[in-house]
Amino acid sequence: MTLAAEDLRALWLTARLAGLVTLILFALGTPVAWWLARTRSWWRGPVGAVVALPLVLPPSVLGFYLLVAMGPEGPVGRITGALGIAPLAFTFRGLVVASVLYSLPFMVQPLQAAFEALGERPLEVAATLRASPLDAFFSVAVPLALPGFVTAAILTFAHTVGEFGVVLMIGGNLPGVTRVASVQIYDHVEALAYADAHRLAAVLLTFSFLVLLAVYSRRRRPWRLSA
Amino acid sequence: MLTAVVLALAGPATAETITVAAAADLKFALDEIVTLFAARHPGDRLEVVYGSSGKLSTQIRQGAPYDLYFSADIDFPRRLAEDGFAASPVVPYARGRLALWSPRLDAATMTLASLLDPAIARVAIANPKHAPYGQRAVEALRAAGIWERVEPKLVFGDNIAHTAHFVETGNAQVGILALSLALAPGLERQGGHYLIPDQLHRPLEQGFVVTRRAASSDLARRFAEFVVSAEARAVMARYGFEPPEEEPR
Repeated sequence: MTLAAEDLRALWLTARLAGLVTLILFALGTPVAWWLARTRSWWRGPVGAVVALPLVLPPSVLGFYLLVAMGPEGPVGRITGALGIAPLAFTFRGLVVASVLYSLPFMVQPLQAAFEALGERPLEVAATLRASPLDAFFSVAVPLALPGFVTAAILTFAHTVGEFGVVLMIGGNLPGVTRVASVQIYDHVEALAYADAHRLAAVLLTFSFLVLLAVYSRRRRPWRLSA
Repeated sequence: MLTAVVLALAGPATAETITVAAAADLKFALDEIVTLFAARHPGDRLEVVYGSSGKLSTQIRQGAPYDLYFSADIDFPRRLAEDGFAASPVVPYARGRLALWSPRLDAATMTLASLLDPAIARVAIANPKHAPYGQRAVEALRAAGIWERVEPKLVFGDNIAHTAHFVETGNAQVGILALSLALAPGLERQGGHYLIPDQLHRPLEQGFVVTRRAASSDLARRFAEFVVSAEARAVMARYGFEPPEEEPR
């Protein structure tokens, strides 16, 4: 089974997008998850709901809003215009922004669960040893929550690979720029190139299964350790 | 008594529901034609699904429950008929035209060469892999001798209506659209258009068929007749569709 050059290009693009989105969401999602796990603020509910929105919103809603927002008269378009940056629609950067929004809950929610499972105790102990909150976070919370980080990273990466509707709506289907693997499969099907569609679809199916296998096989380990 | 209620709920015995699959360039014209038809036949129901001609044709091959199929390129229904998916001859119903359209720049003063203007960063066309208007747009750009220079600016909509959306939101400055969409009420108000000379591309001969599953549907047959009536033709003409080359037999 060999993939055509354009299929490999789409897969590489997909991997770059998912990798970059995962890194960005580590930086953005970790403080949000930490805050959600520990705050008693009234804002916890609304912020948690906003973070979870991409789980229930149809991709067409997100795609439609993003396309309008990125236009020259939209809020995002005005900002990029004022800063002298090229518009985001039909660009790789635009896909990164869209995917960060779309995959946000897949980073925040596993991290939040991991932070909540820590409880107060380890951080209190760290405080009595005069660790600063930042020090306590990096030398106590992060190592203890490591399985949560791994799960969050795998799910974020995989969910970004599985993205389709948003990319189709704002990407403009440009080879090597916005034509990710899922869109490439769609194009093959539309063009009746079923053999090509089968090959690429098989790659994604195998990948998705292995990812889920990794997540579900891992899940037991912390539980077994604590038992 | 109960029988009477059940009959009342079921509506008149002749009432039927059919689903029509239509190329996205027909969005506004066919909506009007369906409204006209429905006013005459209050018992009957027509659902219309719009998409790219290529995609809809694929769906019919895969068993999609469409009773009539209107394509922006008559080759798709012809191939369906050859492969036994049609229950009627392929009927040409109109000829489409390509137009440049922009809500912000005055497209009425443009020609295809205007697309070379550096101020135009993005030009939207329909995906040429499965949308006839996209294929014809590529042909027109090649025939005009500007393909190499315009290609880097192109972005591809999933169908011609999606392409119009790219332009309407300003994400692409200009689109090569179906004239029928540039003349649609929502778009015509926002900007002028430039009609692309039709000798630059193969004709956008549009055709429809009744599909195999609707072989015995009276409603499908009646709607097929209505679409080629003078009344329906007049609606098509208002949306810039030209009468078909070959008259239906």
